[in-house]
Amino acid sequence: MPNQIFTAGLHNMADQVYFFKSFFRNIFKKGFEWEELFRQTYLIGYKSTGIITLTGFILGIVLTLQSQPTMKEFGAESYIPRMVSVSVIREIGPVIIALICAGKVASGIGAELSSMNVTEQIEAMEVSGANPVQFLVVTRILACIVMIPLLTIFADAMALVGGFTATILSGDITAKLYFTNALTILDYSDLLPALFKTILFGFAIGFVGCFKGFTSNNGTASVGLAANSAVVTASVWIIIIDAIVVQVTNSILYS
Amino acid sequence: MEAEKVIEVENLVKSFGTREILSGISFNVHRGENVVILGKSGTGKSVTIKCIAGLLKQDEGSLKVFGEDVNELDEDALKALRCRLGFLFQSAALYDSMTVRENLAFPLKRVLKIKDKAEIESRCIEVLRSVGLEDAIDKMPADLSGGMRKRMGLARTLIVKPEIILYDEPTTGLDTITSKEISSLVLEMQEQYDATSVIITHDIPCAKITADRVLILHEGKCLAEGTYKELENSDNEFIRSFFK
Ligand SMILES: Nc1ncnc2c1ncn2[C@@H]1O[C@H](COP(=O)(O)OP(=O)(O)OP(=O)(O)O)[C@@H](O)[C@H]1O
Ligand SMILES: [Mg+2]
Repeated sequence: MPNQIFTAGLHNMADQVYFFKSFFRNIFKKGFEWEELFRQTYLIGYKSTGIITLTGFILGIVLTLQSQPTMKEFGAESYIPRMVSVSVIREIGPVIIALICAGKVASGIGAELSSMNVTEQIEAMEVSGANPVQFLVVTRILACIVMIPLLTIFADAMALVGGFTATILSGDITAKLYFTNALTILDYSDLLPALFKTILFGFAIGFVGCFKGFTSNNGTASVGLAANSAVVTASVWIIIIDAIVVQVTNSILYS
Repeated sequence: MEAEKVIEVENLVKSFGTREILSGISFNVHRGENVVILGKSGTGKSVTIKCIAGLLKQDEGSLKVFGEDVNELDEDALKALRCRLGFLFQSAALYDSMTVRENLAFPLKRVLKIKDKAEIESRCIEVLRSVGLEDAIDKMPADLSGGMRKRMGLARTLIVKPEIILYDEPTTGLDTITSKEISSLVLEMQEQYDATSVIITHDIPCAKITADRVLILHEGKCLAEGTYKELENSDNEFIRSFFK
């Protein structure tokens, strides 16, 4: 039994490597589907903007309100903007937004592609002289790689706005002071690893969604299954990537 | 002189897991010919034509389309071959996220490489008229009825005027009048464009109208082959039962 699980795992891994290779090769094939890429970037960005705005904004408020009592005790209230901006931009923003997008985007892609698979639409594309990997997979993964970082930057900005809102509710601070406080503390060692991380998150979300959808079994039950396992797998990937990137950037930047 | 063979199937074997679906079928299809495949549900008719289109890989046997072995073609050659081949799916397989117009434009842009908007539009309207669906051009597939979806799938297959057309049950779920129209459309493709057709059907009137030759599949083998008349009057009780 453990033997079977092991071989099944190996098979799955081999499938993923193969899928990645076919994705990568098809990026550079002629006949790139620009139109579909723009449509996908628009859809992924547009569909998630609402929830991302809300999440970012509330994140900023909550972080500020929660740290206020403790910081007050130490007379360190003026550090709150810096604390919020550093923690949101370095860690909380990218991870939370990626997890939300795993729930929204990866599951959407998984369900869409697996339902296309079940209803023979992918085969229909093949016989229509299109390359389904190029049309469906390349565009979606690239769209995620572009949009997840943009959404994260947007959410980070909303978190600062939320933090500012919470601060003026409880005290007197000008917008100028708040934002200079929050932003001057940041330097490239905060921004670059965070950006790099979100690009990887974007790739993970797109890749897992496409892989689960594209390789799903026949039958309508597999649509739900593909969506579900896309979310779970993408979330696990995000956590793992986060852990690895922290180690790598620490060893590069601080040693 | 006999016409050129465009599809050559020889000793085709295909299994899923341990279940053998096709256990060695052989037949040829000549240019300009309409071949109807009959057979009970689940005998592997759809599997056979999916192998011909290179969507499924056979386990054994050889399969040539236009004289080329489908399984030995590289990606680009297979793509080129598929541009000459039309496939009507049993389930219509319309693209859910696109309108009827976009569904029709999809193969036009890729197979015939037509970029001109006006030309795409006029071809869409022309083909929709031939299946009686002019009004549906801006609809989404989800808003079409079952029969409309079927006709829409047919329109998407025929719009690029393929040399070989594989129809998987073109008339199933349609009323008798529309079925007759679809059958004459199949004949029209043969007469006007010299198209070669393989038609899977359970619809005997459709088979009668369209077939130059009929093939009966049974338990993974070709049970019989001949003209409609010959098989209809066959001595074999089982073969005759298909035509009742
Ligand atoms: N992808 C697949 N995986 C596993 N089994 C399959 C697959 N496709 C088809 N089969 C099996 O192959 C057999 C033949 O299927 P096929 O769709 O060719 O039947 P058919 O002759 O077209 O029947 P119908 O007239 O009902 O359409 C069926 O028993 C089906 O369960
Ligand atoms: Mg079938």
